[in-house]
Amino acid sequence: MVGAGLSISGLLMQTLFRNPLAGPFVLGVSSGASLGVALLIMGASGIGGAFGLLLLSKWSLVIAAGLGSLLVMLAVLAVTVRVKDTMAILIIGLMFGSVTAAVVGVLAYFSPAEQLQQYIFWSFGSLGNNSWEGMVVLAVCFFLGLLLSIVTIKPLNALLLGENYAKSQGLNIGKSRLFILIATCILAGAITAFAGPIAFIGLAVPHITRQFFTTANHKILIPAVLLCGAILMLICDSIAQVPFTDYTLPINAITSLVGAPVVIWLLVRKRKLLF
Amino acid sequence: MSNPENYTLQTQDLSIGYFHKTGNHVVAKDLNFSLSKGALVGLVGSNGIGKSTLLRTLCKVQDPLSGKVIINGNTLDSYSFESLAETLSVVLTEIPASKNMTVGELVALGRQPYTNWLGTLTESDKTHIIQALEATEMLPFKDRKCYELSDGQLQRALIARALAQDTPIIILDEPTTHLDIYHRASILKLLKTLSKNKTILFSTHEIDLAIQLCDQMIVMTPEKTFFGDPCELIDEGCFSGLFPKNLIDFDGETGSFRIVK
Repeated sequence: MVGAGLSISGLLMQTLFRNPLAGPFVLGVSSGASLGVALLIMGASGIGGAFGLLLLSKWSLVIAAGLGSLLVMLAVLAVTVRVKDTMAILIIGLMFGSVTAAVVGVLAYFSPAEQLQQYIFWSFGSLGNNSWEGMVVLAVCFFLGLLLSIVTIKPLNALLLGENYAKSQGLNIGKSRLFILIATCILAGAITAFAGPIAFIGLAVPHITRQFFTTANHKILIPAVLLCGAILMLICDSIAQVPFTDYTLPINAITSLVGAPVVIWLLVRKRKLLF
Repeated sequence: MSNPENYTLQTQDLSIGYFHKTGNHVVAKDLNFSLSKGALVGLVGSNGIGKSTLLRTLCKVQDPLSGKVIINGNTLDSYSFESLAETLSVVLTEIPASKNMTVGELVALGRQPYTNWLGTLTESDKTHIIQALEATEMLPFKDRKCYELSDGQLQRALIARALAQDTPIIILDEPTTHLDIYHRASILKLLKTLSKNKTILFSTHEIDLAIQLCDQMIVMTPEKTFFGDPCELIDEGCFSGLFPKNLIDFDGETGSFRIVK
């Protein structure tokens, strides 16, 4: 579910921004979640004592991450309403990402080592230790995001032509873009909140899928990306669990280790990333 | 000819340009023309004269400063983007954002105004797509990816997409740029064939080819915009006003331009 959701949000981003390098990270959604968690973990030290410990339960982490990504998502959406240029939105998303990263950096500087370590652990990403109640919330978000993605299949295909052509075919660009962004934010925000900022899946899976299915039609790509994302995530997680031992490696490191070579290999072979 | 039902695309005292807080920037004004059904219409003028601005205004991408655009008897404002998509299709200078689709998929996208929320193609959609591919001689390339096509083939594929949209009016912005003389001629010939039961308006720099093929022409010069059939326009001497006379002169006898030596 985590892999599938991240992959689909990556696919939506790549088509919307007409940029093969786009992914859920680009919009700053994941960084927003990081900010929320950083504020919680490191801010808690300021409040101090037993109250601080109480705050650090697992649920509060999820809520903080969710709030953080929601905040960034709302900011991005607000900008989208005012700015019509898609490229500008992409850059603004990147800027939001840098701002949140900077704030996290400042917080880290002033935090004691203990809290810092806790934050770092979260940012490694983890698929395990999620409660069943948590899974239900995640599932609801996932299916909501998925439903929205399915509704946007037709506009997505039109956007393959470029915004001006899409408009000439009677597509309401503003509305479609809003739908696509909301779908992405729900998927990426919820998943980051529960599993930490997992890198590369959102970027790599759509490209890998395009190698197997030689089509640009989102009616085929969405289910295909969904499956591929889930499979790749499972493979990464199995590696992370380190078979026959008690070690559990950070999933984020594994996805990067698996994802980066795949993207490089695709680039070297095709010399060009298409979307 | 006076019957307004013969005209598909008309303008009345149309003035085009850009809105500014400090006074509007007028690109061209007093545009009056009536394009008849089944006409191939060429739009010529030098660079920066406002050809693209005019086409954008006709496609409802930007609003006119004043005056009216009338399509099939209704003003352009009365059309929603959805209903306009069933009346008017475009071929722009920009290439598709994604070149990773096949020609068949590209042309199928032209059917979007008619398909359901999922974009499922019905049998009649498929017939339209095949017909569009046949008309543009692109049927053999149906499963080819767009990045494998030559410029001329891509242009034909884009025209096929507009055809599949099945609209009485097609507007093309410089369909012959980047093509050699053979492919320019073949694209224009194709447009001529297609214009039998459609109105086709295209902007071009191929003035001599346009004079030979077009039924009507719109000539934009810095002073005035002319509209009429090519022979009349030559007799009126419109073409010589297109460019500064000290460098390029129009020869009415041969219908072509000459460099002043």
